[in-house]
Amino acid sequence: MFAGYMLNAWESGTMVAVVAGVVGFFVVLRGSAFQAHAIPNGAFAGAAGANLLGLSPLLGLGVFSVLGALAINTLTRRAKSDVATALVLVLLLAIGAAFLSQSTQYEPQIYSLLFGEIVGVSTAELLPTALLGLVCILCVIVLFRPLLLTSVSQDVAKSRGVNNAVVDGAFLLVVALATTMTIPVVGSFLIFSLLIGPAAAARVIAQKPSSAVLLSVATALAVMWGSLLSAYTWNWPIGFFVGTYSAVAYVAAVLSRRLRTQ
Amino acid sequence: MSYIFEPGFFSNAPVRTALVMGALVAIVSAVVGVVTIIRSQSFAGHALTDVATAGGSGATLVNINPLIGFITGAVIGSIAMEAGGMKRARQRDITTGIVLGFATGLSALFLYLDATKSANSGVTQQVLFGSIFTVSSSLLPIAGVISLAVIGAVAIVWRMLVVTSVNEEIAISKGAPTRLVGTVYMVALAAAVGLSSILIGSILSTALLIGPAATALRGSKSLVRAVFGAAGIGIAATWLGILLSYDSYYWEPSNQGLPVSFFIVVLIVLSYAVAAMWHRSPRK
Repeated sequence: MFAGYMLNAWESGTMVAVVAGVVGFFVVLRGSAFQAHAIPNGAFAGAAGANLLGLSPLLGLGVFSVLGALAINTLTRRAKSDVATALVLVLLLAIGAAFLSQSTQYEPQIYSLLFGEIVGVSTAELLPTALLGLVCILCVIVLFRPLLLTSVSQDVAKSRGVNNAVVDGAFLLVVALATTMTIPVVGSFLIFSLLIGPAAAARVIAQKPSSAVLLSVATALAVMWGSLLSAYTWNWPIGFFVGTYSAVAYVAAVLSRRLRTQ
Repeated sequence: MSYIFEPGFFSNAPVRTALVMGALVAIVSAVVGVVTIIRSQSFAGHALTDVATAGGSGATLVNINPLIGFITGAVIGSIAMEAGGMKRARQRDITTGIVLGFATGLSALFLYLDATKSANSGVTQQVLFGSIFTVSSSLLPIAGVISLAVIGAVAIVWRMLVVTSVNEEIAISKGAPTRLVGTVYMVALAAAVGLSSILIGSILSTALLIGPAATALRGSKSLVRAVFGAAGIGIAATWLGILLSYDSYYWEPSNQGLPVSFFIVVLIVLSYAVAAMWHRSPRK
């Protein structure tokens, strides 16, 4: 359970859960779930491209997730945001498909990029993961008040001198950063579950933003640790447990609220 | 001529099946896609492709026809989304997200079990990126029937669908069954997306659903015209993409060929970019 290779998994998983809990709170508050799904999936193309060129996948992930965030941000000003996001997403994925067709990459590696490979995190990757995570959290702390304001009402934020466009763009870049650090650990599909489930559950239960963020982080940690434990015990892919436990957390939160209000 | 159509393009059976199947999916996607955009449901439309993937990979596991799995998965997903509340934008975002997150978790498990059970190594890539060239022509009749059912269902509720999409309050005040109409639409969307993601893969499914419809809506005054425009753009992009992909096997230096999905998506995004520049004022 706490053998050498599992220790890396516990450490990286914990970092990922903290970042996902914090960033996820704002994803849910702002209704940015589609963007939070599109950026990690688009970033997958970057990893495929980096592999083709023999570069570090982290570099490819970083470049493509930032590019994706910028493209979504630019297009959203000119078109419906869901359409803009969908178009950027499919374009990045199609580029990814083209990269894959040119490489001799074999199946398990693709699978682990998509669905994560928690025991695949090496000790050398722990430091960059921690640094990126720290940067993410710092950005959110700096942006906390303006983010909260623009998420609740763009007009109020504007009247208080907040530049909404800058905050929107900055937030997408934070999602891109979080994506880059978390994909090698949980995969591009499952980071989404971890961003949405715990934060949505926390929003249902807690009213105050600060307590909702804390609850979101606590839930994300519980989901992550529970998933690690289950994946280790039953030897099934970690992604399955992350997806299931995240959804269960949300459904449980909704049910408990219904019971209380009755 | 042979520079445009590399040898054997028209005599190749998989190519012919791909052309027919691509056109079929383009038409169905156009009909459902226009409604999807005016209802701002692109996220749900995309999410359902991933939900369909869970159904498809699950069906493979228990030896059921994956087509049935794709469509059943998507329909169950759409009903779950509708039940979770799709009315207010924020709630819709979360409900779609939770269903999507859970479904990808299931996909992770099923694909893993598929791979360990059968050593069938291509499953992940096949399901996600699809290959229109490997579609069996025996699927054509059933794909045709499902497409007709989807188009028919949308046509029947078309008027109410447009009214409820444009202004839900007015529709409710006039006694329109918005809940029923919403459910019919979600199930039609699920069937369309399930069908297209098994035929052309889940990336292309979203591209064909959103891209041509968004392009056509930029330029046309009426929604019905937008549907025809979207179908035209979709078919053109699909056929040209198939041709380019076929030809790319002859391109120097690698001769490796590029996937159909790559070409079709690039063509669709290009057509959208051109339309967006042409008609500056967006239909928000």
